[in-house]
Amino acid sequence: MTLDKLLIVAAALFCCGLYTVMTRRNAVAVLMGVELILNATNINFVAFSFFLSRVMGGQIFAVFVIVLAAAEAAVALAIFLRMFSTTGTVEVDSADQLKG
Amino acid sequence: MSGPADYIFYAAAAMTVGAAILVAILPNILYAAVALLFSFAGVAGLYVLLSADFLAATQILVYVGGIIVLLLFAVFLSNRISDGKATNPTHFRLPAAAICLVLFGVLSYAAVSTPYAVKKGVYLPTTADIGELLMTRYLLPFEVASVLLLAALIGAALLSRPDRAVPGKGDMEGGKG
Amino acid sequence: MIRYAHIIPFLPLLSFFINIAVGKRLPRKGDWVSLATIATCLAMSIGIFYEVFQAYDPNFKYHVVLPWMSVADRAVFNTGILIDNLTAVMLLVVTGVSTLVHLFSVGYMHGDPRYNRFFAYLSIFSFSMLGLVLAESFFFIYIFWELVGLSSYLLIGFWFEKKSAADACKKAFVVNRVGDFGFLIGILIIYATCGVLGYDDVFKAIGEGKLSGTLLTLAGIGVFAGAVGKSAQFPLHVWLPDAMEGPTPVSALIHAATMVAAGVYLVGRVYPIFTPDAFLVIAYIGLITLFISATIALTQNDIKKVLAYSTISQLGFMIMGLGVGGFTAGLAHLTTHAAFKACLFLGSGSVIHAVHSQDIQEMGALRKKMPITFVTFLIATLAIAGVPLFSGFYSKDMILGAALEFGMRHPRHYVLFFGALFTAGLTAFYMFRVVILTFFGAPKDHHKFDHAHESPPSMWVPLVVLAGLSFSFWYSGWFGTLIQKPKSVANLAGISAPAPIATMEHAAVMTGDVSHGSAPAETKEAQAPSHGTSAPAGTPRAAGPAAHGETPAGAAHGADAAHDAHIAHTAHTYAMYSSVAVGTLGIFLAFVVYSFGWVDPNRVANAVKPLYNFLLNKWYFDELYEKTVIDGSKALSRFLAWFDLTVVDGLVNLVAQIGVFASFLVGKFDDYVVDGAVNGLASATIGGGSILRRLQTGKLYHYVFVLAGGALVIFLIKAF
Repeated sequence: MTLDKLLIVAAALFCCGLYTVMTRRNAVAVLMGVELILNATNINFVAFSFFLSRVMGGQIFAVFVIVLAAAEAAVALAIFLRMFSTTGTVEVDSADQLKG
Repeated sequence: MSGPADYIFYAAAAMTVGAAILVAILPNILYAAVALLFSFAGVAGLYVLLSADFLAATQILVYVGGIIVLLLFAVFLSNRISDGKATNPTHFRLPAAAICLVLFGVLSYAAVSTPYAVKKGVYLPTTADIGELLMTRYLLPFEVASVLLLAALIGAALLSRPDRAVPGKGDMEGGKG
Repeated sequence: MIRYAHIIPFLPLLSFFINIAVGKRLPRKGDWVSLATIATCLAMSIGIFYEVFQAYDPNFKYHVVLPWMSVADRAVFNTGILIDNLTAVMLLVVTGVSTLVHLFSVGYMHGDPRYNRFFAYLSIFSFSMLGLVLAESFFFIYIFWELVGLSSYLLIGFWFEKKSAADACKKAFVVNRVGDFGFLIGILIIYATCGVLGYDDVFKAIGEGKLSGTLLTLAGIGVFAGAVGKSAQFPLHVWLPDAMEGPTPVSALIHAATMVAAGVYLVGRVYPIFTPDAFLVIAYIGLITLFISATIALTQNDIKKVLAYSTISQLGFMIMGLGVGGFTAGLAHLTTHAAFKACLFLGSGSVIHAVHSQDIQEMGALRKKMPITFVTFLIATLAIAGVPLFSGFYSKDMILGAALEFGMRHPRHYVLFFGALFTAGLTAFYMFRVVILTFFGAPKDHHKFDHAHESPPSMWVPLVVLAGLSFSFWYSGWFGTLIQKPKSVANLAGISAPAPIATMEHAAVMTGDVSHGSAPAETKEAQAPSHGTSAPAGTPRAAGPAAHGETPAGAAHGADAAHDAHIAHTAHTYAMYSSVAVGTLGIFLAFVVYSFGWVDPNRVANAVKPLYNFLLNKWYFDELYEKTVIDGSKALSRFLAWFDLTVVDGLVNLVAQIGVFASFLVGKFDDYVVDGAVNGLASATIGGGSILRRLQTGKLYHYVFVLAGGALVIFLIKAF
């Protein structure tokens, strides 16, 4: 377990999350992708915190990320539910009212 | 670190990444959500290996216990489960995959080729330190985060109300990052 | 009196203004105003002449010069008065004839609706003529020249209701103008070269050589052109017969005695500037004129027309006389002609007044009914025919003598003498034709004859006065002495020099004082120093530029001087005898044809019908001018009108069309190019917008894709 291996893991997670965001049609699935990305970030923080210096900042940052991810997930899902109740679907393709 | 720690590390890493890949690929959202759960679990394992004990616990509690459940609720509430929807649009998979792969390649390369000033890792309990820092040095972010949570709470509650033609006045906290 | 000479012209001018303005309201319509002023002028002229006569100096000169206006001190024009012997004589002639005509008009124009205006016009004419005579520079003589023309126009067209009168006055003015154009050119040549316009200044300048050669000849001919117009010489003689449309007093005053004499006067006044070539032109024009008009006069039946052509012929004599060097001769004839021609015209006026016709074929045997008119008319006719003892003989004989002398010196020009001699015979013939047909024989129109009566005294008194002046003794003693040829500044030997001796000799012959050779020369010698005013005509021989080496103050002359005197004497003798012979022949033939009836004039006329018609129709001059000048002018004006309408207007319209076309183009440009650019810009924007809007799919994953792709690109760049 070296730093670079962990970073690679985090990168893989990040890319999977990105793929999910880009590809999935269901909004909830997109949210899952976002969670994956956030987790990848967290892993990076903690890894650096562990290997480079014993400063706790990295872990504290990760704590906050988790907090925010939770809040965001809650709100996002509330939005999705609202969307479902108004339009009857949760597909991202249908949310193109900002189309130019 | 060598020895059995490495094997645990590889196992955890494999679970994490494998589950992540499954999340990306599985057409059925329910299966994807379960895969996500396993991915989170794997991440918690990695935390432990990185001497972030408090964080691992928090991860399990919040993510696995909270967010996954929330996601599952949302899935159930927003889909007719009978049709396992959320099939991917076929025309977009290749470009996205290409980008992701390239990105992965770049990031890996960066990670491997950068000479980090690596120190030897020390395993220590972190809970007390984190608690102390939260009360002293990172007090402000702590308080702000609590306010944020409050706002999110209110917003979510507002948004989830039954239809009464009230425009959602919830705090749109910047969306996706 | 001579000091007040400048007042003389202004008295008639004053009378003009009075008569024009308030004449209608004055008692007798103001004729006495004109009469009084002109009579005053006559009195003053007599006084001036008396003073001049007292001086008895050939070189007498009274010259007053006043600066009048200057143009930036570079061109200075003077005004003033010049009185020498010639002027004094002309003053007498003009005022005398004018006064008599005024008197005649009182009776003749009686009852005319515009009576006061007639006298006003007579006054303005008198003013103009007197100014002309007194002028001392080309500038002023030209001014008065034109004024005289204007007065003539007004007087000829006095009865302007008659179309023929209106046409005649226009014709007179226009034809005069043609001559005046030449006059102006002559003056301009003189002014351009000499820079001055006063007579003396000009003579001095020409003498210094500022103007010479061909240019001087041209200037002389130009000035002579004025005389050609005013004195009705060929080819500008056509206006005078038509001018008979005016009342008879006008014909007497203007077209016999004074205005037409102005041309002759002009030639005499500027005599020194003519070159021999110019003199030849003058002489030949005079010859042609006198011949043509005499032939026409043979055929005319209107008494006034006969007199008109006779006037033209006599003016031709005068001009020719001046041209051959007979300065004194020409001017003498001017003076005598004024008297007898005025008498003839007034006499004809009297006849016309009595018979109410102008056609001599309707008259006859009037001597019984109008004795005074008859006698005065006869006297004047004898004068014009050149019968000895009458004034006409004196002056016409002098002219013939000068012409013969000229011919003897220049044998190529003998035609001048013979033509003049022949025409003198013609003159006698046609004048006596008129006398016989009018006063002798049997009355042709009994109705008119019964009506005829003698005229009132206001009409026959002038006749008597003028007839009385038609005798030679009035002129013979002093005229030749006082009026002598001035020294030429044209500076060429030949014509100018010897003649004064001839004149002197002639005068000596006439008075029976036949002494030639040195004696008259000595008499002249004695006279010359005593009248020492320097002058052009001081001692003619001495001043003569002939290079004969005459001694200025010697009693003995060179053989040439005596030779010249001998030629002159011979010429005059022959001339005298031949003119008497010819005149007698003419009178005799007139009686033969018209009185004795030995030859029938109608048969003669039929025998030479073409010639007769040619003469009767005035040599078709009017028709010729009509066809050439008039039609030419009309054609020119038609061409100019066409040019203006087509070319000029066409150009203007073309420019307008170009403007319209240009604005059309600009409009199209504005529509297509400018609007096109604007619209194109808008279209481009819209097109660009509709292309770019496809970026905004509204689909989240697209955005994420782009985001990720961009970040990747940055990574890659930064990494490598």
